[in-house]
Amino acid sequence: MTSSWGDPQNPLEPANTNEVQGGKILAMIFRGLKRYDPKTGEAKDMVAESIETKDAQNFTVKIKKGWTFSNGEKITARSFVDAWNYGAHLENNQKNAYFFGYIDGYDKVHPEKGEPTAKTLSGLKVVDDTTFTVKLSQKFSTWPDTLGYPTFAPLPKAFFDDHDAWLSKPVGNGPYAVDSYTKGSQMSLRRWDAYPGEDKARNGGVDMQVYTDNNTAYTNLMAGNLDLVDDVPAAQLRNAGSDLGDRYINTPAGIIQTLAFPFYDSEWSKPGREKVRRGLSMAINREQITETIFQKTRTPATDWTSPVLGKDGGYKAGLCGDACAYDAARAKQLVEEGGGIPGGRLRITYNADTGSHKEWVDAVCNSINKALGKDKACVGNPVGTFADFRSQASQQQLDGPWRAGWQMDYPLIQNFLEPNYFTDASSNDGKFSDEKFDRLVNEANAETDDAKAVTRFQDAEKILAEKMPAIPLWYQNGSAGHSERISDVALNQFSVPVYEQIKVD
Amino acid sequence: MGRYVIRRLLQMIPVFFGATLLIFLMVHVMGDPVAGLCGDRRCDPATATRLKQEFGLDKPVGQQYLTYMGNVFVGDFGTAFNGQKVTELMAAAFPVTIRLTLVAVVFEIVIGISLGVLTGLRRGRPIDTGVLLLTLVVISVPTFVTGLVLQLLLGVRWGVIRPSVSAEAPLDELLIPGLVLASVSLAYVTRLTRTSIAENRRADYVRTAVAKGLPRRRVITRHLLRNSLIPVVTFIGTDVGALMGGAIVTERIFNIHGVGFQLYQGILRQSTQTVVGFVTVLVLVFLLANLIVDLLYAVLDPRIRYA
Repeated sequence: MTSSWGDPQNPLEPANTNEVQGGKILAMIFRGLKRYDPKTGEAKDMVAESIETKDAQNFTVKIKKGWTFSNGEKITARSFVDAWNYGAHLENNQKNAYFFGYIDGYDKVHPEKGEPTAKTLSGLKVVDDTTFTVKLSQKFSTWPDTLGYPTFAPLPKAFFDDHDAWLSKPVGNGPYAVDSYTKGSQMSLRRWDAYPGEDKARNGGVDMQVYTDNNTAYTNLMAGNLDLVDDVPAAQLRNAGSDLGDRYINTPAGIIQTLAFPFYDSEWSKPGREKVRRGLSMAINREQITETIFQKTRTPATDWTSPVLGKDGGYKAGLCGDACAYDAARAKQLVEEGGGIPGGRLRITYNADTGSHKEWVDAVCNSINKALGKDKACVGNPVGTFADFRSQASQQQLDGPWRAGWQMDYPLIQNFLEPNYFTDASSNDGKFSDEKFDRLVNEANAETDDAKAVTRFQDAEKILAEKMPAIPLWYQNGSAGHSERISDVALNQFSVPVYEQIKVD
Repeated sequence: MGRYVIRRLLQMIPVFFGATLLIFLMVHVMGDPVAGLCGDRRCDPATATRLKQEFGLDKPVGQQYLTYMGNVFVGDFGTAFNGQKVTELMAAAFPVTIRLTLVAVVFEIVIGISLGVLTGLRRGRPIDTGVLLLTLVVISVPTFVTGLVLQLLLGVRWGVIRPSVSAEAPLDELLIPGLVLASVSLAYVTRLTRTSIAENRRADYVRTAVAKGLPRRRVITRHLLRNSLIPVVTFIGTDVGALMGGAIVTERIFNIHGVGFQLYQGILRQSTQTVVGFVTVLVLVFLLANLIVDLLYAVLDPRIRYA
C-alpha cells in the first residue's frame, strides 16, 4: 500500500524528531518500553517486563527477553541506556533532549549555559542485561507513562558506530523495517517477519511518498493512485464526506489550540485583567467557528487538556465553566469591568504560511468585535513564516495574544499543564506564573496514586479557569481518507495512522 | 569573439555577488530560523544555541555571507536543517527540473514556432484569428489554473495520466507538466514568431529569393525563418532561467521533487543554506543562458559581429 508523507524537518533519529512526519516512521520502526494503546491511549508495557518504584523517584526497569533489532542485534538494558545518554547529551544537538530532563544528572550533560561536564546521565545505571535503574531528580509518579514516546526508543550499536549510514537507512525494532529510503521523496517499509511483538503488521509493507502539497495527495487518492492520505486539506474538508463516505476518518487527537497572553507585559498581568481575558473568552463563538470554518474537525474546548485523555486520564468537560461558553452581553460587561483591552485594540498574532490560521483568527476577531460592539477592537496580525512567528513568541516580543497550539507528547494531563503554565516551564512563552498552581502541580507529581494525582492536576487546572492565562479555543481532530483497497484504518491520539493494523484487500 | 566572451564572463562576477548578497540578506531579514525547528514549543535554549553555532547563525550577517561564499568556492553549499548536504539536494533536484525545463522548451520550440509560422504566413485568415484568440486565452489564464484543470480532467476524470509524477520523474510523466509549464511562454513564442514572420515576408531579401525562383520551402526555412527567429531565440533563452526558477507552481501541483520543491521547502523552513544555494545556481544558469543567446545571434545573423 502507499501512503502520503512529508519530508521530515529534522534528521530522522528518535531524540531529534518532534513533528508528525518523522514521528510516523518512528512509530513504524521502533517499539519502546511502553506503547500507547491506539484506541484508549493507555500506556502498556511493550519491551518492558515491568517498571517498579516505591517512592515515585527511583525506578527499576526490567525488559523482556527475546527482543532484537531487525538486524538481529539483541536488545539489552544497554540499548536503552546508551540511547538515552545520546539523546540527552548537549553536543548531539538532539531537539527532544529535554525529555530526559527529569533524569538525575541531566544538568551535567545538558547545562543551560556552557559546556557539559559529564558524558552520561548519573541517574541511569545498568544492573544486568535485562535490568536498569533510573533515578529522577524529582518525584514524578506517572513518569513510566511518558516512556511510550519514540524519544525513549532503544538504539542498536549500528547507530553509534556508523551514524551516517544509520540515518540513510534507519534500523529499529518495530513491526516494519526500512527497505529503501530516498531522502526527500520516498521510503519503502516492509513487514519484519521476525518481529517479536504482538502487534505484527497485517500488511506486507507501506511505501511512504513525499507530497509537497496535501491537495495533490488528495487528488491522487481520488484518482486511485494513493491508498492513504492522513492530512485532508482544509479546502477539501467540505467535500471529503461526500467524496469518500465512510472512508473519511475524523477522530480526536491530543491537540488543543489556545490563545496565549503575554504576562511579561504588566498591562496584561496586573490584577483585574483576568476579567478582560475571561470576557474575551466568552466573546468567542466557538460552536459557530468550528462548524463553519473547520467543518467539525475541531471541537469547542471547555478545559485545557484533550478528550483523548479520557475521564480517568484527567479530561474534564466543562472545567472552564461559563468562561468558555459564548455570552456576548456578559463578555462586554467583563471586558469593561476589567478596564478594557490594554492599548484599546487586541492584535492576535499568527503565522500565515501554514495551516489556515488566517480564516479562524479573522473569525475569532469578528466574533469579539460583534460582542464588544466595536468594529476594530480585534484584528489579526499575520507573521510571514512559522519560524519567525515562533521566534517572536518565544523571545517575549509580542504585546498581545498569539496562536498557541499544543500537541501532547504523551497522553498525560501533566503534559498539557506543566510545560505550558508552570513558572518558567519550557513552553511557557507567556511567562504566566502562579504560586498556587505550581504548588499543586508539584504535589500532583509526587502523588503515587494515579487517580489522586489526576485530581490534584485538575485542582491546578481550576486555577487556570480563574486566571485564564490562555483562552482554550478548540480540540483538534486528526483527519484522514483512504482508498477502497485498504480497511481497518485508524488514527491514534497523535493523529498518526496505525499502519500495522491496516489490511490490504 | 573570444574577447567578447571573456568580457561577458567578467561582467557576470559583480552580478553574481550582488544577486547572492541580496538573497542572503532577504532570507536573513525573515528572522531566527532555529525557533521554527521545535514545532509549537520553545526549543530548549542550550540546544538552540548549539544549533545556531553549528549553522553559523550566531555571527554577524556580513561575516556569515563571507564564510558562506568562501565555502561555495570550494564546492561546499552547507547543510540543510534536515541534515542533508545542500549539494545532495541539488544533485537530486536539478536533473528533474532540467528534464522538465527541456520538455517545456521543446514544446515552446515545436508548437510555438510551428504555429507562429503557420499564422504568420496566413495572416488575417480564420486560422490566424483562431490561434491568436487561443493564445490570448492561454496567456490570461494563470498556470495554476491550467495545471489543476488538466490534472483533474486527465488525471482523475479520464484517467489518462497519473495526477502526480513519481519520484523518479521519467520523461513521459513530465509531458503534461511540461506543457503546463510551457503554456504561457508558448503563447508568447507563437505571437512573436507570427509578427516577425509577417513583417519579414515583405522584406527585400525575401522578394529577391522568390524572384530568383527558389522553391517556396527553401525561401521560408532558409531565408524568412532564419531571420525571423532572432527575437524568438532571445525570448526562449531568457525563458530557460525563468522556467527553472518559476517551476515552483507546476512542481507543487504535480508533486515533482525538483528545484521548485526544494526552494519552497527551504523558504518555509527558513533554511538559508538551501535557498541561497539553489538561487545561486539559478542565477548562474540565467547568466549563462543569456550569454548563449547573445552568441546565437551571430550564428543566426551573419551581419552581427562581436569583438
